Formats: sequence, structure tokens, C-alpha cells
Amino acid sequence: MNRTARLCSVAAAGVLGLAIVGLVVGDYPVPARSAIATAVWDRGGEFDFVINSLRFPRVTVAVLAGICLAASGLLFQTLIDNPLVSPDIIGIDTGAAAAAVAILAIGLDARLLPYAAFAGALATAVVIFALSWRRGFSGGRLVLVGIGINALLSAVITYMLVRFPVERVSAAARWQAGTLSGSSWDDARTLAVALVVLLPVAFLLVRRLRIMQLGNDAAIALGMRLEQNRMAVIATGCGLAAIVVAVVGPLGFVALLVPHVARSLAGALTVGVLLLTALLGSVMLLSADLVAQRLFAPTVLPAGVVTAAMGGPYLLAVLRKFNRAV
Amino acid sequence: MRSDHKFDPVLAADRASRNPGDASGRSRPVLSTENLDAGYGGPLVLHGLTASIPSGETTAIVGANASGKSTLLRALARLLKPARGVVCLDGADIHSQSTRSVAVQLGLLPQSPRAPEGVVVGDLVRRGRYPHQRLFDQWSKADERAVVRALELTGLSDVGDRPIDELSGGQRQRAWIAMALAQDTPMMLLDEPTTFLDIAHQVEMLDLLARLNRSENRTIVMVLHDLNQACRYASHLIALADGRIEAVGHPSEVVTAEMIERVFGLRVSVISCPVSGTPLCVPHTHCY
Repeated sequence: MNRTARLCSVAAAGVLGLAIVGLVVGDYPVPARSAIATAVWDRGGEFDFVINSLRFPRVTVAVLAGICLAASGLLFQTLIDNPLVSPDIIGIDTGAAAAAVAILAIGLDARLLPYAAFAGALATAVVIFALSWRRGFSGGRLVLVGIGINALLSAVITYMLVRFPVERVSAAARWQAGTLSGSSWDDARTLAVALVVLLPVAFLLVRRLRIMQLGNDAAIALGMRLEQNRMAVIATGCGLAAIVVAVVGPLGFVALLVPHVARSLAGALTVGVLLLTALLGSVMLLSADLVAQRLFAPTVLPAGVVTAAMGGPYLLAVLRKFNRAV
Repeated sequence: MRSDHKFDPVLAADRASRNPGDASGRSRPVLSTENLDAGYGGPLVLHGLTASIPSGETTAIVGANASGKSTLLRALARLLKPARGVVCLDGADIHSQSTRSVAVQLGLLPQSPRAPEGVVVGDLVRRGRYPHQRLFDQWSKADERAVVRALELTGLSDVGDRPIDELSGGQRQRAWIAMALAQDTPMMLLDEPTTFLDIAHQVEMLDLLARLNRSENRTIVMVLHDLNQACRYASHLIALADGRIEAVGHPSEVVTAEMIERVFGLRVSVISCPVSGTPLCVPHTHCY
């Protein structure tokens, strides 16, 4: 078994372990054996509600959303060849949030929110891509335009939050922090459907990304159709990020940080590195959710606050290493 | 290190033992340009250039800075779309063919390529197999053979597991050549393969290319800065000046003091190289 396979096994064990902890731990104590039994083969009974209606869907959503975000981050970082890029930094999440807040602010049905968020994310991606296109694609330009769009949309959100009645927009403010509590099986199903479609595409794109990494000239010489494949990577990465914002809300730093950790553990991009990234995404989100649930229990924090608190220091450490290297 | 490859018994043995599975067993593609105008959006760099690359030979493209050498190579490698005229591969416009089918005919060593962080030599070379793999293909025996062979030819078999960034400049350049070799194309284009190498590594690199040309019958096209190296290693010279062909042919026929003065604006004496017998240009200066 090679190094990446070993790392993946450890990460998979981590996902399983943290998922079980997530089922067991809570305000209402459930013995580990009963928790697993209730979730897997012995539905009904004393713990049915707390396990199968509250904790199991939440844990499942954390696992799936973690996979989506981390995979999305890896696609973007490899495409743009910059470890400090992720969909949330170039404004995809903010685009989704702006659309979601707009829906709530003008008083439309809150059930439209996930669709609006998804549409907002994709529309933002299209705008960023179109504005950064100047006789060809440039990763650096895409990032700069993205950061600009991100700032602009943040301003729009703030404006809406202060301009519209607080009873309408307070729900939006809460959603914007990215919380996993209240996750339902419907949410899990939405994420699962997106993953079934997009994750195999991401795995197929790995071989192409490995070629695109070698630079435009070498990639063209190896028979790579650059523009089509870039579009495919961006569409897949945006889709993965957008579905999470739509279902859970924006969860910062997962897409930025996890691929970086996976690469520094397992080296240059392979299918194995994508698998490891996906698993570590679940690990990070499960841990963040546990901390969010238990740190100030019974008060529950939004998971997005915890991922940001985990990501901030890590990002600073990475930047420090960069500075030393330069 | 072999400095005189002209009568090399090892090469002769290589040639005798070459197996039919090599690049030599395939039909040779024909690459040419017709009335080629090319540039980078601004003023044109190449003006109505018509040239053909002889199959099975080593062609060197030479000329002063900004004469269009690299532009011609980029156009030949389909990295640059002509503003007018065509680049033909096997009689058809190269841009009308699928880029993947071109990629099994033409390999390229880009100018100063950069490897992704942490990539090991073997991994880089394996990526050269991309044009031979279909969407759901697994890694095949043929892929593995081509990679092992590419590492052997470039003398990198022992460092296959080492990260590229830990290698010396010469080894790094050879790793990229190995990647292009794994692509297993009958024709290879190289943009200044000797830049950033010291003189010993330059000779080593050019000897490797000569060996690939002779023992594997691969067509080599390279941009070279050093005129004397071009004379020694190439059997076909394309000398450019201001985006036009100034001279073309075998170095021993076309390299004259007058031609060099027209191409480079430099007065030289052309003598016969004491080692290889090829033309050797010795510049005149005002200091003597």
C-alpha cells in the first residue's frame, strides 16, 4: 500500500470515528452502541428522534458538504496554480449569499433560498469568468476580478441587511454564518445527488489537470484542449461549492485549507490526492460541527464560525512559510 | 561523454539493434509551412515564410535575437495560430486536425518549463503518455514500457523517485526531454534545449538528441542560440533574419562569412572545426 492509500485509510477511519462521536455526543446522552444501532439497523425505539431526525442527518450533511467544498477547492487551486485560492475567496459564496439575502429581504418564500443561492453562485462564476477573459484565460486575472467582485457583493449584502426590516433579514444573517444544525435528510439528499453527478467528473478531470499543471505550452503539445477543459474544471468546482452554499450556507476556509493539507501530506496531484482531500474535507467539517455543538453547549455556534476560527490561524501559518521561502 | 558522434561505434550498434516497435518503425510525418505570417497580436514576426522540415534529420533554426526563431518553432508546434498561411502536417493544415492526433506525431520541449511543486521525475515522465490514453483507459503495458525506455535513454532510471526540484539543471532538462520521449512521437521540437546549462551539459544534451535522431530515427527540430553547435549537430539549417528565411540547407553548404554577416550583422571567419569537420565561426572584434 503506498503512502497516499495509507493516508486515505487513516482519513476514512477519522471520518467514521468522528461521525460516531457526532451521533453520541449531545445534550441528550445516547450510549454509543445504541446510537449506532438506532442509526443503522434498529430504527425506532427510545433514541429514534434524536438520532435519526437530528444527529444522523446533520452528521451526513457535514460529511457530504465537506467532500464538496474540499474537492472544489482542489480543482480551483490546481487550475489557477495558487494554493491561496478557493471558491469562497473569489466570491462564489458571496454571490450565493447575496442572492439568498435578496430573496429574504424582498420577502419572497424562504423555500426559494437554496435555488436562489445556487443561481447566485453560478451567475457570479459566469460574471467573474467573463470579466477576466482578455484574449485568453489567466488565473491571476481571474483571482483579482474575483476578489473585486467578492468585495462588491459583500457591500451589497451589508446594504440589504441594514436597509430592510430586521425581522426579515435576521434569518438571512443567521444563514450567512453557515450552520449545520437543523440539517434534514432533504439537505443530505440534495448534496448526495450533486456529488453523484459532480464527483466522478472531478475524478475524471484529475488526469487533465495533471497535464494542465505543466503550463500552456506543454499541455497543448500533449494534445490538451485547454479552453474546454478549463471550463469543465470551473463549472465542476463552482457546482460543488454552490450546492453547499445553497444547502448549508457559506462555510469559509474548508475549500481553501483542506486541499493544501492533503497536498502537503500526499504530494503532487493524483486521483489519490483528490480522494484524500475529499475525506479530509469531511474530517474538518465533522470536527468543526462537533466544536460548534459542544463548545458553549447548550448554545450552538454556526459551524462556519468554527471553520473560520480553524482556518484563520492555519492560513497565517501558511503565509509565514511562504514569506520565509521567498 | 562523446564529443565526436560522427563515427561512434556505440551509435552504430544502437542503429543495428533498433527494434521495429520504435518510433523508427512508423511512417514519418511531414511538417512544412506555406506563406506563413505569424505574430503575437501586434506587428508580425514572421513574413510569408515557406519552409519544410526534412524527415529523419536534425534541423536547427538559427538567427539573431527577435529574428522569429522561437515564433517559427511555436507555429510549427501549433502553439501559435498563423495570421495568414498554413502549417501543414502530412499535407493537412495542422489546426484542422485534432490536437490529440497531432500530439502522437509531434512532441515538444517548451522553453524553460516549470514542473508543479513536489512532482517526482517518474510522475512527470508518465504524464507524457497522455495523448495515448483515452478517457477511461487504465495505465497499460505499452505506457509503462515507453516510460521505462524514456528514463533509460535520458539516464534518469536511478532518480525516478526524486522530486524534480531537487535535481541539477541538466537532469531537470533531461526529465522534460524524457517526458517528451514518453510521448513517443516520431518528431520532436525543442525550444532552446541548452539554455541555462553549462557547456558540459550542453554537449551532453545535444549528444542525447543526436542519439535519438540516429538510433531511433526521430526527426529533431530545435532552436539553437549557438551557431557552432547548430553547425555541428544539425544536418539542416534554417537561418532567419527579420522573420524571413535568409539561408537554408546543410550547414557545410550554407554557412559562409557573408551569410553570417547578413543574418547576425557580425563579421566572422569560417574555419573547419578540428573535431567534427563542420563549419566553425570565429567572430572578428575590434579589440585585436
